[in-house]
Amino acid sequence: MADPVTSDPSAADAADLDATAAAARVRSTGLRGVGQNLMRLRELSVVLVTAVLFAYFAIGQGSAFTGKDNLGNIANYTSAAAIIAAGEVMLLVCGEIDLSAGMTFAMTPILMMLLHNNQGLPLGIALVVALLVAAAFGLFNGLVTVLLRLPAFITTLGTLYLVHGLTLKVAGSHPEPAPTDGTFVQVFASQSHWWSEIVWAIAIVVVMQIVLTSTRWGAYTIATGGNYLGAAEAGIKVRAMKIRAFVITAVFAGFAGVLDGIHTPQSFDPNAGGNDLMFTAVAASVIGGTALLGGSGTVIGALFGALLLGILQDGFNIKGLSVNTFIMVEGIAIILAMVLNTQLTRFRRGARAE
Amino acid sequence: MTAPRDPSLTDEAAPAAVRTEGLAKRFGTVTALRDINLRVGHGEVLGLIGDNGAGKSTLVKILTGFHQPDEGRVLLNGEPVELRSVQHARSLGIETVFQDLALVNTLPVYMNLHLNKEPRIGPFLDKRRMRAQARRYLDDIGISIPSVNAEVANLSGGQRQAIAVARSVYSDAKILLLDEPLAAMGAKEGGIILDLVRMLRERGDVSIIMIVHNYAQVFDVCDRVNLLQHGEITLDKRTEDTSVEELLDLVATEYRTGGKFAAGRGQYLSEVRGDGTPGSAA
Repeated sequence: MADPVTSDPSAADAADLDATAAAARVRSTGLRGVGQNLMRLRELSVVLVTAVLFAYFAIGQGSAFTGKDNLGNIANYTSAAAIIAAGEVMLLVCGEIDLSAGMTFAMTPILMMLLHNNQGLPLGIALVVALLVAAAFGLFNGLVTVLLRLPAFITTLGTLYLVHGLTLKVAGSHPEPAPTDGTFVQVFASQSHWWSEIVWAIAIVVVMQIVLTSTRWGAYTIATGGNYLGAAEAGIKVRAMKIRAFVITAVFAGFAGVLDGIHTPQSFDPNAGGNDLMFTAVAASVIGGTALLGGSGTVIGALFGALLLGILQDGFNIKGLSVNTFIMVEGIAIILAMVLNTQLTRFRRGARAE
Repeated sequence: MTAPRDPSLTDEAAPAAVRTEGLAKRFGTVTALRDINLRVGHGEVLGLIGDNGAGKSTLVKILTGFHQPDEGRVLLNGEPVELRSVQHARSLGIETVFQDLALVNTLPVYMNLHLNKEPRIGPFLDKRRMRAQARRYLDDIGISIPSVNAEVANLSGGQRQAIAVARSVYSDAKILLLDEPLAAMGAKEGGIILDLVRMLRERGDVSIIMIVHNYAQVFDVCDRVNLLQHGEITLDKRTEDTSVEELLDLVATEYRTGGKFAAGRGQYLSEVRGDGTPGSAA
């Protein structure tokens, strides 16, 4: 673990300022190299664990696990969580969270179907309107959190119940049948291909990863979570960055609800998704390497976090292990991932020259 | 009460980069600053010294647009300006490096140097150009950083402060305000900043006002020193015309005659408390 350069006493004892500065440079270069490797490793580790788990179940369970139907199951589980996580990561990076995403997931498709069936709107337009309503709830979350300075935990807890109640009220507590054919279904996660939902998830994750790492939006999101006052001082519109993250999370959650309902049960259940799915998305983000402290995160990592949880749940299922065991393992995985993340961060930061 | 008007404080020869005329600031019944006449020439480095509570930070906060003065005015290049906000002051070329550095620990050096001014290709950050520019900036002003790709969190306090200064300098700052740039820094770390200030003084394209605690450092890098005592400038000399001894002497006198101020403060405290007991500050 110890960097040999750091522990070299002759460098530390050097009285000459230049020599010490040079030593410090060498020292931090060495540690920076290690740090950057660990940074990569942070995403790499979740990918590796996922691959190992996949291999373990593939070898142990054979075609029961690697068959097309089962891959479809894993893909379904992963997709919804990964799409929501793509938004949650943006929120976590700027130091916030959305607990209501699972409820927005259930509300949006039901709203879409009601607009289509009762108001006669074409599905495409009904989808846009429903997503705008989801966005409005995201905007509400953002405005209340940022302008009234309520913790996001509280704001979105309130929205969670509000949206859930609203969904049950308008849906009359029973599922709405989902459209089963037509262009709309072909575009949005047709059930005839097992991969039709996960390609949407991958596309969204890739776009958001690029946004996070290579655009001003991403840089300012990181800056907002990394140093709120400092970023504001540099002229970054920190409040707008947070509000934007709330809106995008709600829209992704709503969109995931539409895809998921069309793809799997072919109906939209007002009790679909919910807190279980929301927490799965947050867990996937954390397992993937996003700290809850803000200032850093990875959308790709969250996709693999969701995949890891999907493989675990599915594998346990096939092995005939109880779902309760899976829930326990999920809990341990979250804590382990978090410990790993904070320790790695501390290790990287501990390298700072004094 | 009124500091003597120094002819060098007027703009007879050439307009100063920054000049203040009779600045005063009160917070309730407390007078933080009174009749501040300050002058910083182009490319000059002014050291601001004084005890805690002497008004240094209030003065800097007025110049940075954070506080508005109750009396007096600020002139930039001889033109009176009203500094409405930090953003407004910044748009006029006044950049401040605060102690709570405006750097983002989780972003690399090159991103921090371009924060909110990122060059782009279409919607994407032009990282290659940012890296190259960052390297050039840092080489230019002689800051040694292991790599512009390093996360700021991995750098030392001095290096971070230096990057914050570099960012201000390269945002076209005409006037740089450094609020205790050497606070909580060891000799080696402080040396990085002193070297940087010295270098900027030699280049002479930015005027600097810095709050400093260590008198030896004032003489090291400043052209001129102003001593603030109880909201007034009680000394304004070129560093070559004064000495550490003279400054220490003035401050020692302040402590000896401090009874007057302490009594006044005690009275004030008992007034605000409304209990008639003398303030413990005496």
